[in-house]
Amino acid sequence: MKLAYWPGCVSRGFTPELHGSVAKVAPLLDLDLVELDRANCCGAGVIAEHNQELADTLNARTFAMAQRVDGAAGMMNICSTCQGSQSECQERLDASSDYRGEVNKHLGDEGLSYQAGGEWWNKNFLWILAEEIGFDTLRERVQRPLTGLRIAPFYGCYIVRPSRRLGFDEHPGRDSYLGELIEALGGEAVEYAGARKCCGFPVITMNRVTSLRQAGRHLADAIDAGADCLVTPCPLCHLNLDLQQPAAQKFVERDLGIPVLHLPQMVGLALGLEPKELGMGKHVVSTGDVQRKIAELAAA
Amino acid sequence: MPAYQLKIRRFDPESAEPAYWQDFDVDLPPERSVLDGILQVKDREDASIAIRCSCRAAICGSCGVRINGRSALACNTRIGEAAERGRDGVITVEPMGNMPVVKDLVTDMEAVHWKKVRRVVPWLVPAEEPPENQEYIVPAEAMLDVTQAMACIHCGVCVSACLSLEVDPDFIGPAALAKAYRFVGDPRDGEHETRLKDLAEDPHGIYDCTHCFACVEVCPKDVAPMNQIMRLRRRATGDYEIKDDNNGYGHEKAFVMLVEKYGTLHEAQLLPRSFGDGSLVKGQLRPSGAKQLTRELPTAFRGLKSGKVTPRKALLHPKLPDQKQVRRIFHEIESHDERIELNLYIVGEMGEETE
Repeated sequence: MKLAYWPGCVSRGFTPELHGSVAKVAPLLDLDLVELDRANCCGAGVIAEHNQELADTLNARTFAMAQRVDGAAGMMNICSTCQGSQSECQERLDASSDYRGEVNKHLGDEGLSYQAGGEWWNKNFLWILAEEIGFDTLRERVQRPLTGLRIAPFYGCYIVRPSRRLGFDEHPGRDSYLGELIEALGGEAVEYAGARKCCGFPVITMNRVTSLRQAGRHLADAIDAGADCLVTPCPLCHLNLDLQQPAAQKFVERDLGIPVLHLPQMVGLALGLEPKELGMGKHVVSTGDVQRKIAELAAA
Repeated sequence: MPAYQLKIRRFDPESAEPAYWQDFDVDLPPERSVLDGILQVKDREDASIAIRCSCRAAICGSCGVRINGRSALACNTRIGEAAERGRDGVITVEPMGNMPVVKDLVTDMEAVHWKKVRRVVPWLVPAEEPPENQEYIVPAEAMLDVTQAMACIHCGVCVSACLSLEVDPDFIGPAALAKAYRFVGDPRDGEHETRLKDLAEDPHGIYDCTHCFACVEVCPKDVAPMNQIMRLRRRATGDYEIKDDNNGYGHEKAFVMLVEKYGTLHEAQLLPRSFGDGSLVKGQLRPSGAKQLTRELPTAFRGLKSGKVTPRKALLHPKLPDQKQVRRIFHEIESHDERIELNLYIVGEMGEETE
C-alpha cells in the first residue's frame, strides 16, 4: 500500500528512534511510504490556540501535499498529537466551502489546494494497522510472538478524544485497537487506569507539578497492574513517560523504572526485528528487561 | 422487555461502612435512560438509594454520575447503549469524580463546582452605566462568540471527568473557566483584562489545563469547556499580551515563532524560549528562566546520554526546503485585522455543505 507519510516534528527531533523504527517496519508490512519532507508542523493545538486560521492553513498545506502523492491511498501519521490536531483542522476545512476557499487562497502560490470530500483520509499508524492491514494479516506475519510480555497500552488523548471528531462512530474499535494489537502480536494487554488518560506533556513548561504527577501516576498504575512495559503511538507522551520518568518519580514519591515502547518498536519486535535496529537503546529508561525477555523468546 | 444489570456504588457516611457495590436487575426498553433504571430500582427494590434528579431531560443538570467509568447525565444516557459498553453487559453507576460523595450517587457540588465557579466572578461587571431608563443593548452578532459557553447547565460532568483536577484539586477547572469566558467574550463586560490577568497568573488557572479533551468528550450540552479555555488563552496572549509567571505566554510565543522560523518545531529551543516570554536570551539570562533551565538540566543530560539528543541537534535545526512559503503564510494570516474563524458550534458540524 502506497501512503503519503507525515512523520511529525518530534519523531525526527527528540525521539529519533521512532522515525527510524517506522522505516524498518514499513517494508515488512508492504507499506510504501512517500515522506512529506516539505510539510510543516501540525501546531500540536498550540498554533490553533494562537490563531485558528493559521493552524488550519498550515495543515491544509500538509493535506494538499499528501493529496498530490500519486497513487497514495491516503496519508499516514505516527503521532497521536498530529492525528488529533490535524483531524480538528480537517473537520473545520471539510465543514465549510467558504472557509476552505479562504484557507486555500494562501496555498495558491505553491500550486496547492486542499480538496475536501471523497475518500481521502489521514490515519495514525495504529489505525492503518487495524483498518488497512488488519490484525489477521498481522498475526500471519508475526515472526516472534511477544508471548509472556505484559504490555500496558497508552493511547494519548488526541487519538481517543473527542471520539466523534475522530470517527469513532464509523470505527468504534478505535477505542481499543492498542489492546487488540498487543494480543494479535502474542503479548498480553494489561488493564490499568491510565490507558486513555493524559500524559501531562502539554503543560510540562507551564505546570510541572500537574504534568509530572500525571505521568508518574499512570506509570505507577501500570507497574502495579504488573506491566513489563508501556506502548504508545504518541512521541509526545513518550517524552513525558520516558524522558521525564526519572523526574516524575519525585512527584509520586516512589521508584518507577518501567520502559516505554513506541508503537512501531513493538510491532517491529513481533515481526522479527532486533531491538537495536529499532533504536531501543535510545531510551532514557532502559529497555533491557524487555530485550532480555525477547531474547528468551527467541531461544525458546 | 429486555433486562439489564445495574451495579451501583453505595456509600452512606453515617453508617461508618466503606463504599460497596450492589447489583440490581431492571427491565426497560433499551431507549430508556440509565436514570429510569435507577428510579425503577428505587421504586421496586431499595428506596434508600440516593440520587439527585429532577427534569429527566438533560436540562436541569442534576443527575451527573459516572456510567461504566464515563461521566455523563444519567437521564441522557440510553440504558441499552450503556449495557453495550459495560463489561459483560453490566452497567456500573458510581458518583461523579473529583468531588466528595454525600451519599450513594449524590456528590457535594458546593465543595468543588460552585466554589470554583464563584472564584471566576461569574457575573457581568458592566463597562459603563446603562443609558438612563433604557436597557443595555448589544448587537446579537456580538454575543455569538459566547453562546457556546452560555449553554452550560452546571451539571459538573466536565468537572468529574477533568484529568487535570484529578492530580491538582486546586485547578479552577473546565466549568468555571468556561463560565469565565462567557464574560471575557461579552462586549458589555468591563473587566476583560483584569479577569484574564487573574486567570493567567493563577498557577491553577488557564495554563493548568492539559488539553486532554476529557471535558469536550463528556459535556452533554456541547459547551466544549476546553475550547473556551483555549479562547481565554488566545485573548490573554494575543489581545492583551499578558506575560504570566507560568510561562503560558512564553510557551505560545516560542512555539509559534519556532514554527514560523523553521517550519517544524525546534524542540531544544522551546524550553528556554518559553522561560523568556519567547526570547532565547531572556530565557537564559533572567533569574527565573535560568533557575527553571537549571532544574531541567538533569533531563537534558539524560536525553544526551541516551543518544536521543545530540549536541548538534540541540544547537542546529534544519529549516524546511521551502520555508519561505511557511513564513509567507504566517505573514499573510497574521497581518489580517480580523481573525477569520469557523465556530462549528454555531455553523453546525456539516456547515453549509448539507444545506
